[in-house]
Amino acid sequence: MSFAVPSDLEKEIDDRITHYPVSKRSAVLPVLHALQHHFGFIEEDAVEWAAAKLELEPIQVLEVVTFYPGFRQSAPGKCHIRVCRTLSCAMAGSYELMDSICEKAGIDRSGVTHHNPIAVSDDGKFSIEFAECLASCGTGPVCLMGDDFHEAVTDVDGLLSQYK
Amino acid sequence: MSEEKSDLIDVQINGEWHSFPKGTRMIEACREAGVEVPHYCYHPKLTSPGNCRMCLVEMGMPPRPRPGEDPPEPDEDGHLPISWIPRPAIACANTIAPNMGINTESAMTEECRKGVMELLLANHPLDCPICDQAGECSLQEFSVEHGKGESRFREQKVKKPKNVEVGPRIRLDDERCIMCSRCVRFTDEIADDPVLGFTDRGSHTVLTVYPGRELANNYSLNTVDICPVGALTSNDFRFQMRVWFMKETKTIDVNCATGANVTVYSREDKIYRITPRQNNDVNSDWMPDSHRLNFHWIESDARLTDPLVKKGDTHKQATWQEAVATSADALASLEGSEIAVIASARMTNEELLMTNRLVKHLGAGHVDTVTRTGEADGYLISADRNPNTNGVKLVLGLDDPGSQIDAIKEGIEQGRIKAIIALQENLVEDADFSADLLGKLDFLLTSYPLANPTADVAHVVLPSAGWAEKSGTMINVTGRLQRLNQVIDGPGQTLESWEIIRDLIQATGGGNGIYAVNDIFKQLTQEVSEFEGLTWGQIGDLGIPLIETGETIPLLEREAERKAKGLIVG
Amino acid sequence: MSAIQYRPGKEPHAKEHRVVFKNVDRADWDTSLKTYEGEGGYEQLKKALGMEPKAITDEVKAAGLRGRGGAGFPAGMKWSFLPPNNEKPVYLICNADESEPGTFKDRYIIHQDPHQLIEGMAIACFATGAHLAYIYIREEFPEGAEILEKAIAEAHKAGYLGKDIQGSDFDLEIYIHRGAGAYICGEETGLIESLEGKRPYPRIKPPYFPAAMGLYLCPTIVNNVETLCHVKHILEIGSEAWAKTGTPNNTGTRILCVSGDVKKPGYYEVQVGKVTMGELINDMCGGLKEGRELKAVIPGGSSAKVLRADEVFTVGRGDDARELTIWDIPMDFDTLAACGSMAGSGGVIVIDDSRSISWILNNINNFYAHESCGQCTPCREGVLWMKKITDRVVAGKASPTDIDTLEGVAKNIDGRTICAFGEAASWPTESFVEKFRDELVGDTKTELEDDFLNAEALTAAANLR
Repeated sequence: MSFAVPSDLEKEIDDRITHYPVSKRSAVLPVLHALQHHFGFIEEDAVEWAAAKLELEPIQVLEVVTFYPGFRQSAPGKCHIRVCRTLSCAMAGSYELMDSICEKAGIDRSGVTHHNPIAVSDDGKFSIEFAECLASCGTGPVCLMGDDFHEAVTDVDGLLSQYK
Repeated sequence: MSEEKSDLIDVQINGEWHSFPKGTRMIEACREAGVEVPHYCYHPKLTSPGNCRMCLVEMGMPPRPRPGEDPPEPDEDGHLPISWIPRPAIACANTIAPNMGINTESAMTEECRKGVMELLLANHPLDCPICDQAGECSLQEFSVEHGKGESRFREQKVKKPKNVEVGPRIRLDDERCIMCSRCVRFTDEIADDPVLGFTDRGSHTVLTVYPGRELANNYSLNTVDICPVGALTSNDFRFQMRVWFMKETKTIDVNCATGANVTVYSREDKIYRITPRQNNDVNSDWMPDSHRLNFHWIESDARLTDPLVKKGDTHKQATWQEAVATSADALASLEGSEIAVIASARMTNEELLMTNRLVKHLGAGHVDTVTRTGEADGYLISADRNPNTNGVKLVLGLDDPGSQIDAIKEGIEQGRIKAIIALQENLVEDADFSADLLGKLDFLLTSYPLANPTADVAHVVLPSAGWAEKSGTMINVTGRLQRLNQVIDGPGQTLESWEIIRDLIQATGGGNGIYAVNDIFKQLTQEVSEFEGLTWGQIGDLGIPLIETGETIPLLEREAERKAKGLIVG
Repeated sequence: MSAIQYRPGKEPHAKEHRVVFKNVDRADWDTSLKTYEGEGGYEQLKKALGMEPKAITDEVKAAGLRGRGGAGFPAGMKWSFLPPNNEKPVYLICNADESEPGTFKDRYIIHQDPHQLIEGMAIACFATGAHLAYIYIREEFPEGAEILEKAIAEAHKAGYLGKDIQGSDFDLEIYIHRGAGAYICGEETGLIESLEGKRPYPRIKPPYFPAAMGLYLCPTIVNNVETLCHVKHILEIGSEAWAKTGTPNNTGTRILCVSGDVKKPGYYEVQVGKVTMGELINDMCGGLKEGRELKAVIPGGSSAKVLRADEVFTVGRGDDARELTIWDIPMDFDTLAACGSMAGSGGVIVIDDSRSISWILNNINNFYAHESCGQCTPCREGVLWMKKITDRVVAGKASPTDIDTLEGVAKNIDGRTICAFGEAASWPTESFVEKFRDELVGDTKTELEDDFLNAEALTAAANLR
């Protein structure tokens, strides 16, 4: 299947680019965000598409994509979960939250490595990774379900059921 | 004079006061004061990211008086005391300031260097015995000077890609890379081919070429030169020879009129590698791959090693005396107007002076050289692919080199020209002489390093030295006089062209008593006005401007612009 | 003015002094322009547009407003570093990357009171001559980005942004720029590189001080969300009145974010220096959890050096010198610095006696190892090394010597990096090792002294002996 950017997405991207009147290169992050939002992750073709769009060398886009954990290079589950791992949330039980979500969503994190931080459930409904501080340390443990923020999470079943 | 004086700034380096122009980087000030500051990422021709931190030094400025406090008193030389700053500063990107103090010998500076060395080696594979960079590795060098000798690192090292083909001529070992970014900056800032970059982050950062792309531009091997470690290595040189066994000879590149300054690495009459040698008036620190790799033909099987004389239909091996005598006999029976000399703009000025002598001695009616042109690449490669066209004009006295070749062909066709002496040129392949046309000649002498179709039809074939096997001078595209230095001895019975021509002149009744190439240079200084008063030593390793040509070298122009903007030291 | 009603359970503590957080958790509040205008919104912008830009900078300077993002640098002073005869465009960037662990104040401003930020920014832009501004918001605030975009659109439509704002001839566009998950983008030059579309490698200073050579190498002001909000309030009540809140050299209010082992973690806007650590923890946060005792406090975000519960701090000089216990420390910039730590971003992490110091330090080291950008040697190589050592300490696979190495590595990073991340990453280790060495060593085993995980290093070490 060849990579194609729908015209309304391209229009949205073109509009974003106008926010950077001095340098198109500045639009790398918004362009990648738009592509990831639509496609779920940033595949190689998306890197090349973004590079062509912004008149950059593909390596200049790849450098950025691989720097930020916010960009995924492989397909996540239908709902991508990010659990805060950092100190205050860890003290509030985020590791336990991670274990509980994985158990209930059927996700095996044993294959997770630095280069492969995301684990996907067998049914493809959920994927999960640890994120560093989500800036809600007073209400830990917290997580992002896609773009939805959840704080002081205790009821994992209730949480997952909203996204099934 | 006084204006210049006011632009100088006094700086104390390791206790001694020095003066440098305003804007001088600390690292350059130290270098000029004879103090080496170790560094990896800094390169004067590239922007300074300050990322390796190896050049951290202790730095100080005059103390700032607290409110109500008297300002410090200057000493009798006008220098203020120095208040040392507790945080070290990088010497590469910071410029000097009035009354600054730099201490490269303090405990703080040494602690910084030791610390950076330990950290650089933490994840670096200690595969020095099989690393091609061994012997010229900055990590090794600074380990000796600033290393701890022992590692506290007990952890598993970070694994990264090894033996990656990043381009047709270069291999990458990411575990060895110290992420100084010199190669990335070179490809971006100098070669305009940003295919290299860093991916991932933190300790896992890797130097990468974009998948499906390659580092293939004609300047790619410069990244190998500037890589301070063994991360980027040259496929051509890899595992051929340990660097410490090789002899380094300073000479110049002869693949185009730019005359890039080079260092040729050889051992026992075999060349292993050529690298650019810094000359800010010629090639900066760089050279094209196509030029640096064009040396393997020197040891080609096609090298001519003995003089050959055609007897009947076949060439027979001959002694130099036989070959030269045969030539003299053939030439003696001809009028000067029946003789054409075709020399080469690949010859040195000294060889061209001897050629000029020969032409005059024989009264040769025709003389020319073969032009060789291509596209100028907008960097260092000149459109003129001959290294010494300016020498041809100045020493051989040709106003328009190459303009007589058609007339010579016509002369042969019409039987007016009966002999050709072809020096350092392959007429069939490089000047479109057909073998049939050359077959009409009564006598064809060719002197060349390699067997070729011209030699096939020549009556006398004289084996001559290649560029690495001889010495002399050349004048580059900008009019700079530069020295070509002999690197290795030529194979078999080869002689340098000036020796061949001298012998021909002597055999045809001329005498000149020249026994060394320096003698010819002396004669150049007497006979060619532009050379007047020059000595061999004066030319030095970097050459000297000799004539005005109005030509410029594009890459140098761009570097000058970047220097003017303060982006690079230059 | 009738008393502000807050949502049940979200009422500010009596010791709070709400200025920037006045509208956070309000019962009758939403993020619309109408609501904001209903309480005098954008009046200060209108006032500012009638002032001399320099007069605004002077007000901010006179107020003594110190940056609330972490460094505590005076904001007015930062603005006055713009080159005097500048002919290049000036840019203003709001740092909404809020990424210092333990800090969660900007989140609430962005999500609940976006127009306050936009008004503060617009005033700051007018004062500094910026016509193009960006809000660099962390990717992890997707909803916040949407709220801000909507607020900007509203403000634009109402003539508070765009061309010829309120007939003043002043033009300003503000755009949202979302990050993608990188702590280093909170560092202002890293942020600028990120906004230029490059890897967010911080720049060397000198020469790249943002006020002179920032975004696109033009003069650029980078201020934190909370800092920019204060600009509006300084204009509203005047610098003199504003500076009367807080304490000398530590003026105004600031939001303290408390997390960790207290009964009521959360955000508390207080007058700087008017509340002590004891009041904050015991009164405002309801004290430690049942039956627990205080072990340590990280007072200004995870980069701040840890304070041990039983330390006695000597602050002040000469006749002013006095001794403080941890409970007595007034939560201001200068005192926390005098105690050997920092007020930082206002993130207070409370650690009780149930916690393992090795586990805490390892969690922190994991964060920095994940977030190091990898540009410069000490941080790139050192931070992961520290993480690996504390990984082993936690796993019971370390020896006492490893603790010395850990400290040595931290000192090799501190002060030697391109940006302040070096200190941010090494100070936790330095301070934890200094103050809790016994506990860390207690988690190690002497018999593992010669245990090299990396055979290569073992061989190399053996060859050298």
